[in-house]
Amino acid sequence: MALSRLASSSSRSADLLKPLCSAISLRRPISTDTTPITVETSVPFTSHQCDTPSRSVQTNAKELFTFFRDMALMRRMEIAADSLYKAKLIRGFCHLYDGQEAVAVGMEAAITKKDCIITAYRDHCTFVSRGGTLLEVFAELMGRQAGCSRGKGGSMHFYKKDSNFYGGHGIVGAQVPLGCGLAFAQKYSKDEAVTFALYGDGAANQGQLFEALNISALWDLPAILVCENNHYGMGTAEWRAAKSPAYYKRGDYAPGLKVDGMDAFAVKQACTFAKEHALKNGPIRGKSLSLVEAIKLTSSCSVCCAYMQILEMDTYRYHGHSMSDPGSTYRTRDEITGVRQERDPVERIRKLILSHDLATEKELKDIEKEIRKEVDDAIAQAKENPLPESSELFTNVYAKGLGVESFGADRKEVRAILP
Amino acid sequence: MLGIVRQKMLGQSLLKIRPAISVLRSYSSAAKQMTVREALNSALDEEMSADPKVFLMGEEVGEYQGAYKISKGLLEKYGPERVLDTPITEAGFAGIGVGAAYYGLKPVVEFMTFNFSMQAIDHIINSAAKSNYMSAGQMSVPIVFRGPNGAAAGVGAQHSQCYASWYASCPGLKVLSPYSSEDARGLLKAAIRDPDPVVFLENELLYGESFPVSDEVLDSSFCLPIGKAKIERKGKDVTITAFSKMVGYALKAAEILEKEGIDAEVINLRSIRPLDRSTINASVRKTNRLITVEEGFPQHGVGAEIWFEFSL
Repeated sequence: MALSRLASSSSRSADLLKPLCSAISLRRPISTDTTPITVETSVPFTSHQCDTPSRSVQTNAKELFTFFRDMALMRRMEIAADSLYKAKLIRGFCHLYDGQEAVAVGMEAAITKKDCIITAYRDHCTFVSRGGTLLEVFAELMGRQAGCSRGKGGSMHFYKKDSNFYGGHGIVGAQVPLGCGLAFAQKYSKDEAVTFALYGDGAANQGQLFEALNISALWDLPAILVCENNHYGMGTAEWRAAKSPAYYKRGDYAPGLKVDGMDAFAVKQACTFAKEHALKNGPIRGKSLSLVEAIKLTSSCSVCCAYMQILEMDTYRYHGHSMSDPGSTYRTRDEITGVRQERDPVERIRKLILSHDLATEKELKDIEKEIRKEVDDAIAQAKENPLPESSELFTNVYAKGLGVESFGADRKEVRAILP
Repeated sequence: MLGIVRQKMLGQSLLKIRPAISVLRSYSSAAKQMTVREALNSALDEEMSADPKVFLMGEEVGEYQGAYKISKGLLEKYGPERVLDTPITEAGFAGIGVGAAYYGLKPVVEFMTFNFSMQAIDHIINSAAKSNYMSAGQMSVPIVFRGPNGAAAGVGAQHSQCYASWYASCPGLKVLSPYSSEDARGLLKAAIRDPDPVVFLENELLYGESFPVSDEVLDSSFCLPIGKAKIERKGKDVTITAFSKMVGYALKAAEILEKEGIDAEVINLRSIRPLDRSTINASVRKTNRLITVEEGFPQHGVGAEIWFEFSL
């Protein structure tokens, strides 16, 4: 890394060092340098009922490369899923996340596997960020046995319980009370962890969301509601669906933060802030309290007192709502290309890496080539994988099936044992 | 199940009663009597005491001691972390219950009546019942949804529907409906211990009714198997199947029929899903006549499902 900096700064030594440099770069692994680098988020945070976190985010080369690699992988994976769908290898629903990768990657960087994440049906990338493999993704999309849900869930039902990823839900808004339930269980079990319940701008108007928000705030649950605002609920723009599209303010008494969801570092900063805030004793209001008030507040809270919040991630999806939606009937192509040129999350990291001289353009392109190959290999492997056996229609209906008998016409002969 | 154990020494039987059960009625047959309410209360108490992951959540279950006093004394005993009063938001708290079950806790979610469960039915069916299947076994949901079902005393159409057939049609759910105190205790314990989502349909008018219970029923490890019906009254001329309150009516009808010389066999279904088809089949094979009795709407009902077997 030091050599490449020398190479770019000095033209004479560059001629000498160029062949050496390129030889080294081909064999050099992704940087593991952890010297701190400070980056600024694209825009400052806007808050509701709380302090704003700082715009300066601490990171390092290792993290930058991880972000780049993970987001490029997710991008490539979603585009490959698009082609597979058009080739009719993936059927049913397929909701793609490209454009929104920064939310998944930034959030994962701020938390541990003890924290829970639950999301809706646009879950492929969130599953990968929680540790899912490409084979599990493609096999599940194509309905094969090697899929994360053994081919029985499909695109909308990815789960990874060992990493505390709870899906993958098809009913809009249902995942929010479920997420608050996870937070409840974490508090009940005294786990010192939080739950991030993700939902979209379309789901933000659901009644059950406000019911869950009310109970979470009442019971001080360590729940963080994250609105992935991609500005369109299927084909309906946010201004046509919500009287108040300031989703971070909709919690009223709950603190909220508006975040640039296309900037992975802003997402990381906001999630770190939210997690700390949720696990601290007593609520923070950004106002100064008298000593007496402060003591009263802290003494009235139990050890694991939490305070739920809302994070609004201002993000964008390049694809339509799903594969059956071209995505251009309710928004202009100019808008889509505009966002892609100005706010693309992968490009932002690429520029950061290049501007900090951590790698050359070619090296980043090589990483992308590697990723492409990885994705293609996973797809090839998934294609070879068999479909589930017919007997799988009847398995897992119950955790403890009771073997109900099904009788024939004479009511004497048992024809089948059902779960 | 077992018959009533006759105790000659009443004093000895008093000593054997567990402290949780404080009421003893009608010593005429020297058997212990217990109301369905007490049965449910004691079952909840014992299961919460045995497993710290079990908690109760619902409207008025805590400070009000339960809308029908089923959860009386539980708040004092287990504290507000395990007996939770919720706001009137069925969709919200049912979802929170299912989420807690995903994480590994064992919630008991009370609906004030099952009519209000329609507000939360998406969580019961889509979030609870289907999860184990869609995740190929990763997400089991050990939750119990309980509450009064069917008609009470003149409460109007919106508060009187029986939901047995709606829930019983959904794979992934187990649906239980007790009649007597023994049923209530055994089935609720089985439901709480079961790793699958269970819909537990009680009946408001049965809460105050007293039934004799044996020592075995009073034991804290007592449990009834899910999926097995009980033959309440043996007979040979006609089979009457019923569940919940209708079992009482069927037994009374059987007494009236007896005077006319007709010997009716009354089957208390206990478990609506899975239905104990072999017991029903064996009975009908013996009697060759079937009457199904239920509070629910006839079309697509429990009786319609039972009749399907015999319509071929």
